[in-house]
Amino acid sequence: MKSIWAIRPSWIVARMTFQEAIRRRIVLTGLILGVLFLIVFSMGFHFISTEVAREEARDGGGAASKIMLAEMSNFLIQAGLYAVTFLSVAMGALLSADTLAGEINSGSIQTILTKPIRRSNVVFGKWLGFAALLGLYALLMAGGTVLSVFLQAGYLPRNLLAGLSLIYLEALLIMTISLAGSSAMPALATGGMVFGLYGLAFLGGWIEQIGSVFNNPTAVQIGIITSLLIPTESLWRRAAYEIQSPLASAMGISPFAAFSVPSILMVLYAVAYLVVVFVIAVSTFQRRDI
Amino acid sequence: MSVPAIKTEELRKVFGDQAAVKGLTLQVEQGEVFGFLGPNGAGKTTSMKMLLGLVVPTSGTASLLGAPIGDLATRARVGFLPEHFRFQDWLTAREFLLLHGQLLGMDSHDLKTRLEDLLERVGLTPFRNKLLRTFSKGMLQRVGLAQALLNRPALVFLDEPTSGLDPVGRRLVRDIIRELKEQGACVFLNSHLLSEIEVTCDRVAFISHGEVIRAIEMASLEKNLSRVTIRAAGLTSESISGLARWGQDIQANNGRLVMTIHQEQDLPEITRYLVAQNAEVYGITPNRLSLEDIFIETVGEDGGL
Repeated sequence: MKSIWAIRPSWIVARMTFQEAIRRRIVLTGLILGVLFLIVFSMGFHFISTEVAREEARDGGGAASKIMLAEMSNFLIQAGLYAVTFLSVAMGALLSADTLAGEINSGSIQTILTKPIRRSNVVFGKWLGFAALLGLYALLMAGGTVLSVFLQAGYLPRNLLAGLSLIYLEALLIMTISLAGSSAMPALATGGMVFGLYGLAFLGGWIEQIGSVFNNPTAVQIGIITSLLIPTESLWRRAAYEIQSPLASAMGISPFAAFSVPSILMVLYAVAYLVVVFVIAVSTFQRRDI
Repeated sequence: MSVPAIKTEELRKVFGDQAAVKGLTLQVEQGEVFGFLGPNGAGKTTSMKMLLGLVVPTSGTASLLGAPIGDLATRARVGFLPEHFRFQDWLTAREFLLLHGQLLGMDSHDLKTRLEDLLERVGLTPFRNKLLRTFSKGMLQRVGLAQALLNRPALVFLDEPTSGLDPVGRRLVRDIIRELKEQGACVFLNSHLLSEIEVTCDRVAFISHGEVIRAIEMASLEKNLSRVTIRAAGLTSESISGLARWGQDIQANNGRLVMTIHQEQDLPEITRYLVAQNAEVYGITPNRLSLEDIFIETVGEDGGL
């Protein structure tokens, strides 16, 4: 009885959140921009891959040409997914930054919170709704990118599922942080915090990369500390590591890929991080005066 | 004796170093229409929000329908119309009520007939499939009211329910409050509009700085039409002091005399007395003490600031 009582309200709130995104044309806007992104990416890939094919044909073609095309495809998929990751992160932050804060501000949450549901149900329901939206968005964008390359060049990167899951996890993590911010602060402050953290992770990631190339342990340590502070960039680097071609990883030539690869432990850390941030979101919201 | 609809003891809320509600102790019975009055910033809305579980009290205790505040099962029997009603404006009126009914855990068949009845009751049936975004303030107030009544609540909190409503809408709110009373529900009404309170409430409490400073049975206002104004010439100070046997608080000023009498039945005798004292009586008018007088008398002209 008690568990049914708890799942149903979360589900109602999740559905409401999803419906709001559709009615407010957030889904439509995301969809249009997503399709635009995929068109540009596909055109770019088309021209580059035909150029590569022509060059290779002039040089005699054969096995070398096939390898070159595959490497080129892998490189472009990584570039595309890098952009997709950033867009998904931005989507995750924007979706949830104003949700609780905005509804507290307008007062529209008052009639919801006085119903026989727990505040934790409201937070979890919102999280579920946004997670579903983000999942669809990331699937459309990342799936479209990979599909476009597959249709044009017949190339599929390895460990695709692991790579896409990590990208989704990164977007979820940012969305959860944003939701936690929204339970305590105005949307603008939350947005500033989330992108600040994201930028910090980005910077820390590059310091670690460069540090590892030049064998500078201090720089690597700075990178690891920032990853512990905010593990978003490590998730991307792990995702890039999963999907990059064996040749590229052996040679370490891709600018998107990892010299210093985050371990599985770091991925587990990110999952734990997400859970802790979610618990903070719930407990902050529970103590909040509306 | 049934449990009280609302019972609070020394309920207190401090924001920073400012006490919004100092120590609210009150009891409201089931079936009672209770008016909660006070100047702006007196802590009315904060008190209501504490009872509804929106604001966490700093100290003190309170119960609704016998259960401590925040109890989930009790919330299913409570209705609430917030003051600054802003709702999910991307929903239609019907969807909005559906959502709130689902959150109340209502049976879906019951909910569907109930919400159509309520849309009809608040006059929104023609607009049932219109987005709330397109609604006027008065229409939003009506749909908000319907929302507060979905679960046939035993206790309804209405925070300024008539603000933004035209006279027809106000009449509607008054009628609905009366219907609720007939059904045995308790209505807790927060309002600035004293004339509204006067016609709808059984009992009122004046609150200032988060404390109940006076509670009045509205019926007692009807009975004690105790203040009278006497217009008469030739009143001597002896004849004025002679009036003390029928009342008190006598204020004489330039042929106008105001006093509080013990009972209305004394008025003819007072007239005879004044005539016997050779006063020329032009008129004796009972002053019905209005809620507004009591309000100003209770909180002061400065509004308790």
